[in-house]
Amino acid sequence: MENAVDTVTLKVFRYRPETAPEPEYETFEVPYQEDWMVLDALNHVKDEMDGSLSYRWSCRMGVCGSCGMTVNGEPVLTCATYIEDLLPGPIRIDPLRGFPVIRDLVGDLGDFMAKLPRVKPWIIRKEEEPLDAGETLQTPEEVGAFRQYSMCINCMLCYAACPIYEMEPDFIGPAAIALAQRYNLDSRDHGADERMDVLSRKHGVWDCTFVGECSVVCPKDVDPAGAIQRYKVTATMDWFRSLLRPGRSG
Amino acid sequence: MALKPPREPLVWALFSAGGMVAALVLPALAGILWIAAPLGLLGPLDHEGLRLLAVHPVVRIGMGLLLPLFFFHWAHRFRHTLHDGLQLYHLSRFIALVTYGVALGLSLGALWILWSLG
Repeated sequence: MENAVDTVTLKVFRYRPETAPEPEYETFEVPYQEDWMVLDALNHVKDEMDGSLSYRWSCRMGVCGSCGMTVNGEPVLTCATYIEDLLPGPIRIDPLRGFPVIRDLVGDLGDFMAKLPRVKPWIIRKEEEPLDAGETLQTPEEVGAFRQYSMCINCMLCYAACPIYEMEPDFIGPAAIALAQRYNLDSRDHGADERMDVLSRKHGVWDCTFVGECSVVCPKDVDPAGAIQRYKVTATMDWFRSLLRPGRSG
Repeated sequence: MALKPPREPLVWALFSAGGMVAALVLPALAGILWIAAPLGLLGPLDHEGLRLLAVHPVVRIGMGLLLPLFFFHWAHRFRHTLHDGLQLYHLSRFIALVTYGVALGLSLGALWILWSLG
């Protein structure tokens, strides 16, 4: 497509607590290049216009999950969002919703980092086997059961899109539950009962009302909303089983 | 496990079952009652014919199972619409009591009507 524009306007959220207690928007006019992503425009601002602009990025190829921001109101990876698709602008860039802002476009992800280990996102074995026992082989079907959930890059777009997380900060959240399911559904794992303590509580899966935005915005097609609904079935079955066997724990 | 919420799995199960049966049954019911019947595809439908249909044991049992699920599906959805949609967190218990209470009342009413159809 032929574009007549030479430049594009960025309206960038700025928060510099050491100099200005209130956040503000700063406008930058950057050159438009057809193959530029929003991240390229931000890098241009930082390299050529204002080196104090703060934001996270690393791989530039949708793998590291660092460069998630709110662009024109939508949570996206800025390295995977073409400026061409947002013309004629201006393009508004905010930090991800739901996280306290440390500076400019950098959010404090400490809440997620504290929640993630609570769902024990690692393989738990009943008994560790010696190394010379060899690999634990899986069939393609067994890998397929969890593979989708292993694609999560912890980019936090799902948390930013989730209206429940914004209102109910104790909600353990979409990515953490999807990652718990990544291990629950792994045939090598025996830790589902240990994860249930966290997942089946109110602030586990039950806070979710299946808005579904987490799956809509996920850049890796992980479908956290599906993971949560599947776990609700698991937790409900467990609850009914516990009624039949009241003495059972775990 | 003491920390599990005692009611959420139960009301979610009713909500979930209600949503599924509604999705399966309502299109068929709408097709029968709103399309086939008015077009005369089912032959003449009179009050007596419908009454005989309603008192059939299979229909009674089926409706007795379906209607409470529909009501509890509504109740759960409406509870979350009020609680999360309108952010009435301070009325959490009251909303749950009213929505599930209405569903329970409607269910008992429906069961009573099905039972008393002569």
